Amino acid sequence: MSGHVAPKSMYYGVFGALMVGTALTVAAAFVDMGALNNVVMLAIAITKALLVILFFMHVRWSTRLTWVVAASGFFWLLILFGLTMQDYLTRGWVDGTWR
Amino acid sequence: MSDAPSAYQPPPVAIHPAGHGHTPHHPYLQHHFDNMEQQAEASTLGMWVFLVTEIMFFGGLFMAYLVYRWQAPLGFQEASHHLNIYWGAANTAILIVSSLTMAFAVRAAQTSQPARKQVFWLVSTMVFGAAFLGIKAIEYSDKFKDHIIPGPDFVWHGLYPKPAEQFYSLYFAMTGLHALHMVIGLGIMSVITWMAWRKTFDNEYYTPVEVAGLYWHFVDIVWIFLFPLLYLIGRHYHAAA
Repeated sequence: MSGHVAPKSMYYGVFGALMVGTALTVAAAFVDMGALNNVVMLAIAITKALLVILFFMHVRWSTRLTWVVAASGFFWLLILFGLTMQDYLTRGWVDGTWR
Repeated sequence: MSDAPSAYQPPPVAIHPAGHGHTPHHPYLQHHFDNMEQQAEASTLGMWVFLVTEIMFFGGLFMAYLVYRWQAPLGFQEASHHLNIYWGAANTAILIVSSLTMAFAVRAAQTSQPARKQVFWLVSTMVFGAAFLGIKAIEYSDKFKDHIIPGPDFVWHGLYPKPAEQFYSLYFAMTGLHALHMVIGLGIMSVITWMAWRKTFDNEYYTPVEVAGLYWHFVDIVWIFLFPLLYLIGRHYHAAA
């Protein structure tokens, strides 16, 4: 048994990256970049989430089946966001379709 | 599989010395698994399936946030500006530290460290988790004093009172559901700590620590998204307005 034992230094490295990411996202929030603020904010959050999933949650060393199951959750989330917003974003494009 | 149907065998008792009618095995190996690897794999996979349902559970709230923010972007920015960024950032750091101590708890079990070391990392994780909830309680009581709890007594002095109320409805729903997960996480960690104290875990068997860790890290990930979406969108509001 015992799976993959990662060195402690790797965990400290991931921890440091997560802290730097937090500092970066706070700093970026004070700079007015218009719509880009959201892009930067989400890019940092997604990177941090990936670091946690791959290293802290050991998906990096898990089986392909675990990869697929973990990814499917986020895939379905995108379907939820995508199909809902394609409704809201296109309302009013044709007369009488707003609400 | 033999051709003749075998007679029903009652399940063996929990204490599992070698030679109860078949080859000896690890005391924590359940009989429907071939070996410890398969058992651990099934447990972590099952946990991931549960976490997928959790992604969708929180996902509904993120969806609501997206729709309402899209309808009133400036209102959401103004409302967000009222949240205390210091508490929010401190809690983000606290949760990341707790994820590190959680990862070390799993590693301690995985490398057969003595029980007190495993317990140390697990208790550290719980202490940081409790600190997070303490800060959350301070923030909630501040909002209560400022009358920005959605409902009949909601008071907003800005330009966009209705979107602000929607923002704070989502704020309390999302952080409340997250805090509930933290409370449940503390309960899970208490059980795991007790098991670790009883010398349950070693490099052969540490799946409960691993699976509890998956849950803890997931709750951390939810906060990684909640923090910027709730606390940070209004930081440049006055520059933009």
